[in-house]
Amino acid sequence: MWAALLLLAVLVLNFSMMHLAPGDVADTISQSMGGADAQTLAQIRADYGLDQPFISQLANYINKVFHFDLGYSYFYNQAVTRLIFEKLPATLLLVITAQIVALIIGVILGVYSARNRDGWVSHFVSFFALFGYSAPVFWTGILLLIAFSLKIPLFPVAGMIDVTVDGGFIARFLDLLRHMVLPVITLASIFIALYSRLCRASMMEVLESDYIRTAKSKGLSDHRIIYKHALKNSLSPVITLAGLQFSAVISGAVLVETVFSWPGLGTLALQSIIARDTPTILGILFFSALVVIVGNLVTDFSLRFVDPRLRKH
Amino acid sequence: MGDSSTIDKEMIFPDQVIVKARHPAADAFSMFVKNRAATVALLVLALIISAGIVGPMIYATDPFDMVWAPFSPPGAEGFLLGTDYLGRDILAGILHGTRVSLLVGLSAAVMTVFIGVSIGALAGFFRGWVEEVLMRITEFFQVLPTLLFSMVIVALFGPTLTTITIAIGAVSWPAVARITRAEFLRIRELEYVVAARASGSTNLKLIFSTILPNALPPIIVQAALMVGSAILFEAGLSFLGLTDPNVVSWGQIIGSNRPYILDASYTVTFPGIAIFVTVLCLSLVGDGLNDALNPKLRQR
Repeated sequence: MWAALLLLAVLVLNFSMMHLAPGDVADTISQSMGGADAQTLAQIRADYGLDQPFISQLANYINKVFHFDLGYSYFYNQAVTRLIFEKLPATLLLVITAQIVALIIGVILGVYSARNRDGWVSHFVSFFALFGYSAPVFWTGILLLIAFSLKIPLFPVAGMIDVTVDGGFIARFLDLLRHMVLPVITLASIFIALYSRLCRASMMEVLESDYIRTAKSKGLSDHRIIYKHALKNSLSPVITLAGLQFSAVISGAVLVETVFSWPGLGTLALQSIIARDTPTILGILFFSALVVIVGNLVTDFSLRFVDPRLRKH
Repeated sequence: MGDSSTIDKEMIFPDQVIVKARHPAADAFSMFVKNRAATVALLVLALIISAGIVGPMIYATDPFDMVWAPFSPPGAEGFLLGTDYLGRDILAGILHGTRVSLLVGLSAAVMTVFIGVSIGALAGFFRGWVEEVLMRITEFFQVLPTLLFSMVIVALFGPTLTTITIAIGAVSWPAVARITRAEFLRIRELEYVVAARASGSTNLKLIFSTILPNALPPIIVQAALMVGSAILFEAGLSFLGLTDPNVVSWGQIIGSNRPYILDASYTVTFPGIAIFVTVLCLSLVGDGLNDALNPKLRQR
């Protein structure tokens, strides 16, 4: 329910911004026609309902969105929804893989450094956390690109698939993986740092609690205590944090997609911003908000999975 | 009144040695200095700031001027950091970019803190429906991917430094609002606030002179971090080309030289180092402020 209201609010904001911004659809169309006189402009405005009061235009816009119509892109000559659905899978693939990779590596590093507090991994985690926070993600991406696809040509420079690759499903899948490695590592680097630091802190806290002491006094092995008893409880703050990061992951994805020419929503957003293609930009903003909301719901769900106390509510 | 009170004191405490309490700021300063990384970071930051202020005056090369052959490597022909694809001096670009990055970072952070503190304070102080509405708005802003949202603002309202600053401020305040609200919720129940309320303080006075000063430490720490993230933000926007075309900034140098990294990787390396070091220093200073302003946390 609340999620639906949030989406509605995104629509209202979208529409208001479009309304407030200088220039409207009529200007865009007339520009693409190479200029138009005042009469034609008025005609276009009447055709698109731009002469009606704000509220009825807004209602019209929301009504259209409910029918999966986010408007028409005059730049791409396509419906915005179609454009977005073409690019959305690539972004989702990047964003979700990066989140999963960041969570797995972050938790492994965090648990390891909580067990060996003064070991070099622990110091590395602290250092890496600072690096991940401070280095601009597009810069990290470019440095990786220079190192691992230009100087040492291990990975492809750009794109998501190589059309020249022949062969069956497996060959194409491996090709996709090769293309994914650098963008995923770049995007994950920010969040690995974040998650490992939090996981380390929460693991250290859990390891000091009473039930862990009980488990130890029962004579359980360290391994069993960590993975069977402590891990589940120290995961919930990490998952909560990961859920809050979805909007940051998408923001990072825009930059990473640009660096690696990944054919996703981020690249589309940038292209349509340069082309001043307002319906497409606002459609992307709407869909990315949708992704964040779904991401939050998934987070709530997985928290319940990890922590049974939450299931009662 | 002023005179009589000093006389009274001497009569009541005739030969008591009055131990002067150290000013809290002095206390905080000595705590801050104990954190060596933070102190070094603060010095480096001071260096960066003075480079931004004085640098362009001393090193007068125009960053837009084509001064030499394109892609001269660092050190060649007296250009310390080399030249870019148009033969523009990278060092001049970085020095001029320092001003822009710091200015945008600082003003966006000020704006972020101002919006965040206002919303958080109102929500935490008044509770009830005010809190409900304000926190829902905050949640709403957290759903929009920050970079995309600010890209849209910059795209719709034109790429000027003012729009960029407003765009960054408009998307980054929710974190500050949450922290402020949490602090206000905690402090408003403390005894001295209840006492002030009972002695008839107005709401305005309670908010500004009773609660806010005590809520400041975590907000100050967050503000330091906000400057860093605003600099990263501006760098990201200008990397994408969404920047004022009349000024040089670090991200913009990286963005415009990106197609030529095979020929000249230094054109993106150096501006990146500038961003990295500045943001790193700001986050270390934030850590130091945290130690200095929350001494209790330090002891744990």
